[in-house]
Parts: sequence; structure tokens; C-alpha cells
Amino acid sequence: MSVAIERIGFDVERIRADFPILAERVHGRKLVFLDSAASAQKPRAVIDAMVRTMETRYANVHRGLHWMSERCSDDYEGARDKVAAFLNAAREEIVFVRNATEAINLVAHSYGRTVLQPGDAVVVSEMEHHANLVPWQMLRDSHGIELRIAKITEAGELDFHDLERNFADGRVRLLAITHMSNVLGTYTPVERLAAFAHAYGARILLDGAQAAVHRAVDVRAIDADFYVFSGHKLYGPSGIGVLYGKRELLEAMPPFLGGGDMIRSVSYEKSSWAEPPYRFEAGTPAIIETIGLGAAIDYVNAIGFEAIAAHERSLTDHALAVLSDIDGLHVLGRAQDRGGVVAFTLDGVHAHDVATLLDKQGIAVRAGHHCAEPLTRRLGQDSTARASFGVYTTHGEIDALVSGLRRVKQVFG
Amino acid sequence: MQDVASIEDLYQNLIMERARAPCHAGSLAAFDAEAEGDNPMCGDRVHVRIRRDRNRIGALSHETRGCAICISAADLMGDAVIGKSQDEIGELADAFETMIATGNTPDRPDFADLRALSGVHTYRSRHRCATLPWQALRAALGKTEHRHG
Repeated sequence: MSVAIERIGFDVERIRADFPILAERVHGRKLVFLDSAASAQKPRAVIDAMVRTMETRYANVHRGLHWMSERCSDDYEGARDKVAAFLNAAREEIVFVRNATEAINLVAHSYGRTVLQPGDAVVVSEMEHHANLVPWQMLRDSHGIELRIAKITEAGELDFHDLERNFADGRVRLLAITHMSNVLGTYTPVERLAAFAHAYGARILLDGAQAAVHRAVDVRAIDADFYVFSGHKLYGPSGIGVLYGKRELLEAMPPFLGGGDMIRSVSYEKSSWAEPPYRFEAGTPAIIETIGLGAAIDYVNAIGFEAIAAHERSLTDHALAVLSDIDGLHVLGRAQDRGGVVAFTLDGVHAHDVATLLDKQGIAVRAGHHCAEPLTRRLGQDSTARASFGVYTTHGEIDALVSGLRRVKQVFG
Repeated sequence: MQDVASIEDLYQNLIMERARAPCHAGSLAAFDAEAEGDNPMCGDRVHVRIRRDRNRIGALSHETRGCAICISAADLMGDAVIGKSQDEIGELADAFETMIATGNTPDRPDFADLRALSGVHTYRSRHRCATLPWQALRAALGKTEHRHG
């Protein structure tokens, strides 16, 4: 354990005790869960908050004139306050959606079809998750915008020269880009990117699905126009995600879905819309999951991002060092600023065989293109294996991964 | 060790041999039909080409981009179907897919080395790796049926 972590008093064993699933055994072996970037495990505090809601304080929100609905609405809206504080935003700027994917689709559909005009350009990077590529392709095909792809360097960092080339003709109106790559682990310099986009008169959307888990996000300091993340990667439940949008942008945007809760008044002839964020929350929301997300935010705040970031930095440094000792293993990406995901290939062994053979040893990793197929191909691969880390990951688990990979090499001779 | 035994249950010698050095890999110079099987979830791809010898399969080749299970399944399929009629291959494909789905190895003399893949059954996420080559073969046979009426 590094000196930095000892100074903060990070106790990974105490944290592990908060996650019931980590006591499970898989194929008769102790679970080594190295797939948190796909979805993280849930602490007792999140599970309890959701169960408590269902057992003692549950009713539909915003509608009931009774005690249960009032209490449940308080908890639901309390979660919005927690998210707002988490991002340093105002509560009116926090829209609850299903996940980061839905948040980007909301922006593409609502902002994209009104503010963006045919012939305007949207720029994404080569290292986007499908969630931040496909919605823009769909907008291109239906609405006539141009979609441009900014290149990455061989190290797996954004190529600023290419970004400038993409912006040179002045037609770019939106830069939609990841805050941290789910394959390369690369953090993008978001403050610099926001300033860059704004200097060209463009807006910036940041896909924070990975980054929001690993470091503190301040949307005001970044000057982000839109920021999205998912609850389930942040130790919260699936089915709840967040769209942050600057107030003036959300106020000018039409609804995404129509239905209950998002209206001001409805007649048979026409309807008018509620103010943000409710304009974008049609129908009964994911009440229990939203309250679970609030509990997840309380949980990570109690640990603190300084400690989380130091722990994950230490894990990533350790992983890069010990994995490089394995002959024939190649790590993808070598960005200066990288987070706790390490994608790799092993000579002569397909990533699926790596994942299956590790699974038999109780070690869970992901294999495939990680919902970033164009990036995987750009890197000259069909498929890679990926280990990813969370607050509960230990240095011993990374050592177990290394032993497991040596066993894979034995089987494949 | 338990894990060693169970790993070798899946990655048997025959599977590893065929994954390393497949006998039917490549592309037939002359063929009557070809088809591709794709698994978009994982990127595995099998390209099967077949040449007929009267109403039987005279030769088969496969170009497989995928894992050890997929490559060996394509190669062992080649062993099993050469010399067989279309109806016989249809039955064999059904029996193979049933084995992967249920884990039960069929009692058929023509099944031979295909039994080596029965261990795939316990890995649900890998079933398609084993069945993808058969899917491509069925598609290729469909084309020859069409052509030959």
C-alpha cells in the first residue's frame, strides 16, 4: 500500500465488508471481481436504502396527497439535491434518466433536433463508447448534421492538432466526448476541451460514465454544458442515470418523451410543458433506484474522492507494473493521465478464452470490444480482455489476476 | 486442483490441437457455395466454403476469426460433414446444437470427435462460439439447395 493511501487512512478491508457480494464464491473460488467498469457492486448502504424505501416509505412521487407519497417524494427529490451537490450544479439542472446512454440520446434528440441545424457539425473522438457515437450517427441520418471523428494519438490520448483541424471551418456546434475512456483508461483534459469548444462557439457534452466514479466532478469548474453518468457504475443501482445540463440550455429544449409529470397543462387539443428538470421526466420515474443512487453518492462522499483516486492510482500503477512482467501480454494505451481500467491482449490466446479461463479461477474480467468496436478496430484488435478496478479492489486481487493469466498461458502452451 | 480438472474439461487436447493447427482452415480454390456466420456481440466470424461431390459434401474450408472454441468447432465440423449428404448434415447439426444446449452427448457413430465440445454446455456465454460454424454451414447448404433445386 502506498504512503499516500496510508496518510488518508483508506482501509480497503473495511470497505470490502460493506459489499455483501464480495463474500460470494464462484466455481468454488473466492470471487475476484475485476469488472467494475461494466457495472460496479453495491454496498450495504445502497441495498438498505432501497429496501427501506420499499418496506416503509414507498408510494408514487409528486402526485399523492398522502403521507407515504410525501415522504417518498422527499426522498426522491433529496436524491436530486445530492446529485446536484455531487456535480456542483443546481437541482433544476439535474435530469433523471435511465443511464448515461439515455442521457446522450435525450440531448441528441431534443437539443440536436432544435438547436443544431442541417449542415452543422458534431465532433466526437475515436475513443467513444457506442453510447456517444450511435446517437450522433442517428441524428446525422435523420437530421442532416455532419458527424466528425477526432483522432487519438498512438499513446491513446486525444490528438489536439486533429481536433483543431476538425473545428477549423467554424461549422462545429457541439463537441461530445468522453471524460475517461472505458478501454484505454485515458482521462481527457475536460477544462481545456470546454474552453477550446467555447472559443469556437460550440457546446461541450461530456460522457462521465467512467470518470464520475473515480474522481470528483465539478461541472462549473469544467464549464461543461452537458455532463452525463450512470448510477450503476457508481455503486448505485441500474436503471438510474443523470443528465446535467446548463439551466439556459435545458430551458430552451423541447421534451424528449411525452406523458405524465412532464406537463404544465393538457387539453385534448394541446399541451404545455413543465419547467426543467420535470419537462424531461415523463411518467413514473425509477423511484427506488433514484433513492439508491442518493445513498451511493453518500457512500462515495463518506470515503472521499481524494482517497478513492489515490487508491485507484496505486492499483493501476501496480497492475501496469506486474502485467508488464507477463511475456506476450500487451496493454492498450499509455496515456499520462489514466484511470483504473486496463485492457490487454495475450499473444496466441483469444480474449474470450482468457475470460473463460480466468472465470474458472473465480476472476471476473470483461472480454470483447467493450461497446467500443470502432476503437477496438482502430487499435488493430478484434477483441481484448479488460480488468477494471473499484474502491473494493485490492493489490492482492491484481496479483491473483497475474497468477490466473500465467495459468491461461500454461493451458495454451 | 478442481479448477485445473474443470478447465481441461473445456479445453481438451483435441480442442487445443485444432485451435493451434486446424486441418480445414483456409479457402477452397473451387467451391459451390459459401456463407459467413457472425457474432456481433463478440466479433467472432466464420467463413465456410463447400464443394459438392454429387449429392454429398466433397470438401469444406473455413476461415475463422475467433476463440479456440470457435476455431476447433469449425474444424471438427469439417471432419464430421465431409462425405455426408445434406440431410445427414442437417441431422448432425441438430444433434450438435442439442448437445451444446443440454450437455448430453448423442449416441451416434458419426458424432465421433464432436463430443470433445460437450464441455461448452456449462459455459452459457460460449454456446454461440461452438454453434456459429454450423450456422454458417447451414447457410451455405441453403444456397446450394437453391442452386441445385
